[in-house]
Formats: sequence, structure tokens, C-alpha cells
Amino acid sequence: MSTVERLTVFKTYKLYVGGKFPRSESGRVYEVKKATSAAGAAGKANWLANAPLSSRKDARDAVVAARKAQAGWAGATAYNRGQVLYRVAEMLEGRRDQFVREVADAEGISKSKAAAQVDAAIDRWVWYAGWTDKIAQVVGGANPVAGPYFNLSTPEPTGVVAVLAPQKSSFLGLVSVIAPVIATGNTAVVIASEERPLPALSLGEVLATSDVPGGVVNILSGRTSEIATPLAAHQDVNAIDLTGADGDADLARDLEIAAADNLKRVRRPQAVDTDWTTDPGTDRLTSFLETKTVWHPTGSLGATGSAY
Amino acid sequence: MTFEYAPAPESRSVVDIAPSYGLFIDGEFAEAADGKVFKTISPATEEVLSEVAQAGEADVDRAVKAARKAFEKWSALPGSERAKYLFRIARIIQERSRELAVLETLDNGKPIRETRDADLPLVAAHFFYYAGWADKLDHAGYGPNPEPLGVAGQVIPWNFPLLMLAWKIAPALATGNTVVLKPAETTPLSALFFADICRQAGLPKGVVNILPGYGDTGAALTAHPDVNKVAFTGSTAVGKAIARQVAGTDKKVTLELGGKGANIVFDDAPIDQAVEGIVTGIFFNQGQVCCAGSRLLVQESIQDELLDSLKRRLSTLRLGDPLDKNTDIGAINSAEQLARITALAETGEAEGAERWSPQCELPSTGYWFAPTLFTNVTQAHTIARDEIFGPVLSVLSFRTPEEAVAKANNTQYGLSAGIWTEKGSRILAVANKLRAGVVWANTFNKFDPTSPFGGYKESGFGREGGRHGLEAYLAPSSEASVK
Amino acid sequence: MPTAPAPAFADAVASDRSLRRFLHGLPGVDTVGLEARAASLGTRSIKTTAKAYAIDLAISMIDLTTLEGADTAGKVRALGAKAVHPDPTDRTTPRTAAVCVYPDMVATAKEAVAGSDVKVASVATAFPAGRAALEVKLGDVREAVAAGADEIDMVIDRGAFLAGHYLKVYEEIVAVKEASGAARLKVIFETGELSTYDNIRRASWLGMMAGADFIKTSTGKVGVNATPANTLLMLEAVRDFRTQTGIQIGVKPAGGIRSTKDALKFLVLVNETAGSDWLDNHWFRFGASSLLNDLLMQRQKLSTGRYSGPDYVTVD
Repeated sequence: MSTVERLTVFKTYKLYVGGKFPRSESGRVYEVKKATSAAGAAGKANWLANAPLSSRKDARDAVVAARKAQAGWAGATAYNRGQVLYRVAEMLEGRRDQFVREVADAEGISKSKAAAQVDAAIDRWVWYAGWTDKIAQVVGGANPVAGPYFNLSTPEPTGVVAVLAPQKSSFLGLVSVIAPVIATGNTAVVIASEERPLPALSLGEVLATSDVPGGVVNILSGRTSEIATPLAAHQDVNAIDLTGADGDADLARDLEIAAADNLKRVRRPQAVDTDWTTDPGTDRLTSFLETKTVWHPTGSLGATGSAY
Repeated sequence: MTFEYAPAPESRSVVDIAPSYGLFIDGEFAEAADGKVFKTISPATEEVLSEVAQAGEADVDRAVKAARKAFEKWSALPGSERAKYLFRIARIIQERSRELAVLETLDNGKPIRETRDADLPLVAAHFFYYAGWADKLDHAGYGPNPEPLGVAGQVIPWNFPLLMLAWKIAPALATGNTVVLKPAETTPLSALFFADICRQAGLPKGVVNILPGYGDTGAALTAHPDVNKVAFTGSTAVGKAIARQVAGTDKKVTLELGGKGANIVFDDAPIDQAVEGIVTGIFFNQGQVCCAGSRLLVQESIQDELLDSLKRRLSTLRLGDPLDKNTDIGAINSAEQLARITALAETGEAEGAERWSPQCELPSTGYWFAPTLFTNVTQAHTIARDEIFGPVLSVLSFRTPEEAVAKANNTQYGLSAGIWTEKGSRILAVANKLRAGVVWANTFNKFDPTSPFGGYKESGFGREGGRHGLEAYLAPSSEASVK
Repeated sequence: MPTAPAPAFADAVASDRSLRRFLHGLPGVDTVGLEARAASLGTRSIKTTAKAYAIDLAISMIDLTTLEGADTAGKVRALGAKAVHPDPTDRTTPRTAAVCVYPDMVATAKEAVAGSDVKVASVATAFPAGRAALEVKLGDVREAVAAGADEIDMVIDRGAFLAGHYLKVYEEIVAVKEASGAARLKVIFETGELSTYDNIRRASWLGMMAGADFIKTSTGKVGVNATPANTLLMLEAVRDFRTQTGIQIGVKPAGGIRSTKDALKFLVLVNETAGSDWLDNHWFRFGASSLLNDLLMQRQKLSTGRYSGPDYVTVD
């Protein structure tokens, strides 16, 4: 009796939009392959999955979902957002093995290197979970104006942020650009790494089970330039993070030009070989914050000059 | 018998305007390379005040080179030394404040009451404030040893010429950058007088360069490849053009653009102070203010009463000679701006809004526009959406706080807003929902160097003033990021 | 002649509770905004012809006052003479509106101003503290009226007001008004003791509703008396009261206004808040004493072109 190797069940990777898992409205998919490491795995079956090839309409739907979720997410207490982000870390920890495998396949690295990436990504959620109720004190505060006024500056989320996730770092890089955007109350439309989208699509499954309200994070896979172009021009998107345009200066410039139409806040791409394991600081948190300053008269107690 | 105030003009003799001025590059006044000049006039009388050199591309290049050269030493100075230059400048501005106030009133057309009591004190205060930061940048929250960006190309508007210069130059110099600044074509004089203040303060040459000119001069400056930082205050249209122009470069940008501020008056407002706040909100500087409260949102139940009070108050506004100490409303800055205000007001009428102005005699020369109020305005009217940048108030009504917030936020802009109510929790709730960078509750149009100013949405990005204002001119330490 | 509240307010004065509801329903006052507006009007520059007009107007609005325990008949006679001829060297100088004295000096004052249109005002109702039984206060008023007072300057019961017993204060004013007969009644709030601008606005309405002909800031006997801000607030009140009822009420800042510069600032407040209808000594008064000499010196400067000195005006 010969033992037949059990046939594994493939996963159909889907988009994550408005808390749901739709296919691309276009019905298109594209082939995602294993990254070939320097050692090379020539000849081996490289096919990983057929990922949805998102269209401009998928981008539009994602913006609608993100806008719908924005007020509620920004209105949640900072403490609550911190708990939700921490919950993401908890859920990821439980699915660590899956992500190690996906990252190893996506990036063509060893399981142990992939594990380091996944661990760092989980820790990054914890880092940003802690920031939600601290950033306002760090970047806001009372301003000592020269007059009888109470004057307070507080940071507020910019709104809906389009995020081009880094092309190389499929998971740590991805988490490093999503978490700071939503920690402060923004909602995000994320374009996954074009060639390495699977960890991002799987992250959607984690977010859906982590108390992150639907629409707060929306994840699209496909051609970065095809999806980013309508997002950069979209009048209901408030900011765009061009990190994922890192290898393509022409695309980055064109997107920045399109973004000027409604004066989106633009975060320009950084170096292609960014080391995502370094201390992230607060830079990405503050990139998508607005400062609101409120004045109110104070006056004095002895308003009429009484001696009391 | 009525109490007629006799003319009380501020003396012009405190200011000595030369017949012509050059560009200020590398510590020297010089003619433009192509010899071009333009005239600057007093908008109240159309009198020519002076002839000013008009910078072209070659001059921009020369000024940027001078600033680049000066950057090396200026940025290497200990912060405490840079601070002392800025303190000197602040003091000299205080000493010469009457002269500068008269100059600004002549060139801009705004009342001496404003230049004397608002513009100039704020200018000096701004330099004082940022002077103190120069040796404390390590503690500003931008990491250890933050670094200047290099050469800042700055383009400023005509509505607060010297104050906008202060908002740009003070933080730039405090952080160790050098500056090439283009004042507006209708108000170049105070910037040129500032060049003289730099001379008196002994500021090293090339640290501040002043290039009068039109929009093309500004475009050449912001496009110059050796400019590291672009700071612009002006119209949203130009702001967008700059944002496109710098795309794909490493230039850091801050933009402070237009607005259509909502001033929301609830039925429990301190009415008399609200009326003052509405007047200050839209008629300060003839409404030529990006953060003007140009939309009055009044709760339906008090609309009639409030409008009566407002109209009565507008009837006491004194329009006329900007140099008269009793003038409340001065001249519109230029014929072009007057034409724009006139056209938008006509659109308001054509679209069916009801126009009202107090009895008000306009001088026969110069550019003037009577304080104007439009009622029966809805969100769909052009005058409720477009920035007019003039003394024109659009009045809309609302029933509930939710409706007030929805209408206030229903604009592409997000610079300022006002809230008038005696109920503290309502102030906080409404302020929280307003998408605007500055919210004035039970007051309006207050400014302070410590208080960050800037917009949401298409009103621009970045903040000027306060600790926040340093960010636009600093980069993280390069040593720290190398690792 | 009994006075009834303006019909518009019959409901409001029905009970302590309804009166409180009415007064606390008046628009609030923002301290900083009010003071900023007063300061801003204080920067008006009144020169040449405007100054000459304003100085004469201010002189004509003065209630020339002496309210000292040490007052003598001789001092009151001198005051009366000065009210009639403020500047003996210049007969074009207007007379003051009134002299203001204690009740026991009313008769003397009447004699001193006899034959002129200068009025005699008497403080009453246990001035300045107002701490006496109602009957005592009314007796005080009747004595002054009987002696010929044209105007009565009463003080309100600040203790009752601050305790929220608005109806008590209201009824007392009504009673004093009745006792004053034909004399015009000025109601003094002692704003320096009312603590908040909201209270000053409420007191203003309370006084006007109860039949005051004038509302007046202060007695001149406490630390802070008339200020531009509290007078501005009271001018807003009389303006609004007339809009609502058609009834015009006068305003009298008193105490602390010593210089021409100060007086001109108050006239600017009147002009730009209540309006020109109040620029008349029937509707606006200054309770002052030393102010007159400064106005006279300034007047001499305007007419002669040189600065005057204290030797050229009479001491009180």
C-alpha cells in the first residue's frame, strides 16, 4: 500500500476592504511567485498564489470604506485604539508560523530570518499600541501666549491616508507603515508590495479578527502604479505615503504632482534598502497628524475690580 | 449735535522712503541684472511711493548662491550667537516700530491702528520668540542635534508684509538656515527696510537676501535647484503649483494658503462680544486675511437680533485715510484685488443673496470697498464657497450644533473657525469636530508667536509659530541617522 | 405717582424665581472681549475741533460732587458757584449739569445754583453702603426731595443682590422711585462690589425695569469705581433696553474719572455704543469733582494755545 502525499488546501487570497474580503471587482488576478534567493531555486515550482489584480474601482471602493470608518476610529479613545493595536499583536503571535512561512516565500529568505522579521513586526504593533495615548502629550500642549487666553494645541489625524507599502519588506515594512498611520486615528488604503503581496493579504485576516473596525485598514494587491495613480488624484484622500514608490522616481514624482490637486500631505519615498528593524521613532506618526490650536479667553476673577 | 472726530493723521515724516530701491543680495543693494524695475504705490491714494528693482532668474541665482555661501558659517555659529543677532533684530524693530508702521500703512493701505497695535508688536515678538530657540534646539523634540536644511526660498503675501516676513525669517535663521525672500509685488517696501535692519544688526552678509518681484520671480526662486526649503504663504492656486513644482525633489515644503473660516454663533453666545468678534473676524485688514471669519453661521433663533446688532455696529466703522488714527477700514491693497472682490460680490447678488452695506462714503482716489454683508446665503452660493479676501461677510443660519459643524466643515479649506457660546462643553465638542487648524472660541483673529498657525485640507500644510514652527526648518541629525 | 413696570416685564417680576430666570437669561459677558473693546475704543484720537466739542460736552455733563463727612455749607456754596460759572474768566464755558451733595446740604445747594439750570442731586438711601431699613432709606429720600432735590442718587442693596434676592432689590427701587416723586432717580450699583460683568448687566436690567431714570456705576467710595469696561457694559444695556421697550435711560459713571483724556474716552464709548442720542447731559453724566479743573485747563489751552496751570482754575 503506497502512501499518497496529502494534497494541501490552497488559500484563495482576497482583498480586504471595509472589513470584508472581496475579490477584485475586475475579476482579474495575477500570479505571485516565490522570490528566488541568490542561491536560486531554478526549476522548482515557483507559483504561490493568484492574487487579486486590483482596479481603480477597487481603489475607489477602498477609499469609500476608509472614509466611512474614519470618524468613528478617530473618535475612539486613544486608550481604546491602543488596546486594538495590541490585540493585533496578540492575534499575530498566534499565527506566527503562517507569517514566517509566507514571509520566507515572499522574500526568498530563510525561515529563521523570516521569523526575525515577523517577531519584529509583532513588536512594532506593540510599540505603536503604546503610542496611541502618548503622542498628543509629546507633540501637543499649552502655548504660553502673551494675553489673557488659554491656548492649546492638539494633534488630530489627517484623515484617509493612501499607503504604498514597501516593495521589498513584505511584512515588517508593511506593518511599519500601517501601524503609525492608524495609531493616531487615520484610516488607511494600503497597496501591498506588488510582487510580495501575500503577507499583506493575510494581515487583513488578522485585522478582521482583532477588533479593528472594518474600513480602518483596507488592503489592495496589484500593480502599484495602477492603483496608486487614482488614489493620488482622489479628492477624498487626505494624504499619501509614497514609501512603496521607492524604486521608481518617475512614479513617485507623478504621484506627488497628482497629490497636489487637493494638497494631500505627501510622505516621499525613502531609500530602497531601508533597514526596517531600526528604531522607528515618531516620525511616521507625526507625518499624518494635523495640529489644531484652540484659543479661549480666560480673564480674571476680579472682573469688575472688586477687592475679593 | 453729533460727535464728529476731527482728522487725526499719524505723521508721515517718521519715514523716509527713497525714490528707488535695489535688490538686497549678499549684504548689498543692487540693480536687477536685466535692469528691470517696477513701481509700488499707495493703494489709498495711488501715489507712487518708490521704484523697486525687479528680480529675474539671474538675480535669483545670485541670491541663492550668496545664501549658500553664507550658510556654511551661519549654520556653524553657536546657537547662542545666532540668538543674539535675532534679539538685536527684534530690538531694532521695536525701536523703529512707528516708522515701520507708517511705512506699512502707506504701502499696504491698512489702517495705522492695525499696523501700530497688531502688525508691528507681533513682528518684534516673533523675532524675540524664535531668538530664544536658537540655542535650545536640542530640546525642541526633534531629536538631538537637529540640523538646518540649507537655503530657504520664501515667498510672502501682501496682506501682512512685515509680519509674514517675520514668520518666515525668524524661525529660518534661528535654526541656522539662510534665506532668500520674495515680498509681494504690491508691498515690497517693508522687506527692503528690513534689509536695512539686518545691516544695523550686523547680520553677516548673505544670510538674508530680499528679492522684490512678481509671481515669476517667486516661481524662479522656488524652482531653483539649490533651494532646500520652500515656504509659501498665499493663494491655494499658487500653493498647488508649488506643490507640483517641488514633486520628486528633496525640497521640504510648507504652505499656508487660503481659507473660508466659519464663525459659529450659538443662541447662548455673549452677544456683544460675538458682534465684536464677527467684525474683527471679517473686517480686520479689510478682510484680506486668510483666516478671516468670512462665513457667519448664526443659530436661527437669534439671527434677526444678531443681524440688527451687527448692522448697527457696522454703521460705526470708520472707513478712510489709513494714516488717520481713527480709521477702522483702510484701502484694498490693489486694483486687481478690488476687481476680484467687486466681481465676487456681484456674483453674490446675481445668485440671489441679499446685499447690505452701511452708509459709507468712499474716497474718490485709491482702491476702496465698503464693508458688505450678504444674507440669504446658502452653502451653494459662490460667496459661501470661494475665498473673497475682502470685507465681505456671508451670513448663513443653522438650527442644531450638528448642522453648524457640518456646514462649517463643508469647504475645501480648513484654516480657521470661531465658536461663540457660553456653554463650555459645547465649545469643546464643536472645536473637536471642526476641521480647522485654528479655532477661536469666544474670540477671533488672535495671534501669538508661541501659538502654531496653519491649515487642514487645502489651506496648506505645516505650522508656523511655536515649537511646531521649528519643524519646517530642521532635519534630524545626520550623524544619528548614519549609525 | 406710582410706577408700574414696563408691561413687557410684568411676567419677569412676578416672583423672585421668575426675575432670576429673566436676569440669568440675559446674554453673558465675556470679560476679555468686553475689556478689549473698551480698550480699543480708548485708542480713538480726539483732536482740535472734536476735542473742543467734547470738552464742553463733558463739562456740561458733570455732576459736580462733594460727599464728605467734612462738607460745610461754605464748601457747598462754593461748589454751586463753580457749577454755575466753572471758569470765571471765560463766560462761554458751559455750566455743569448738577451739583451732587448729601441730603442735608440740598437746601444750601439749591440756593447756590438758584437762577441757573444747574440741578441739585442728592445721594440717599443710606449712601454709600445702603445698609439701613427700607423706611430709613425712604425717609432719607423724602427729606432730600422736600429740600428741593431735582435728582436722587440711590444705592442698591448689594447684599441682597449678591444673595440672589433680586425681587427685594427690585421692590426697593420701585419704592424709592415712588418716594422720589418728580425727581429723576439714579440707581447706583456699586459695580466694584458686584464682582462680575454678568452681575453688572443683570443689575442694569433690574434697575431699568424697576423704573430708574439713570443707571450709575459707583459711589466713589470703594477701590474701583467707573471703568471704561463697566460703563461700556451699561451703555450696551441702555441701548438694548431702548430697542426693546422704547424707553431711554441715562448712564452715569462716577468716581475715578479725573482727566480730560479719561472723559473723552468715555464720550467715545457713548458715541460708538449707545449713540449720539445719549450725547446730552439729560442722558449721560460724569460723577466727578477734580475732573472739572482738568477740563477747564484743557479748554484754556485750546482757546489760548498755551498750557494752563492749577493756579488758573479754582480750588474746590
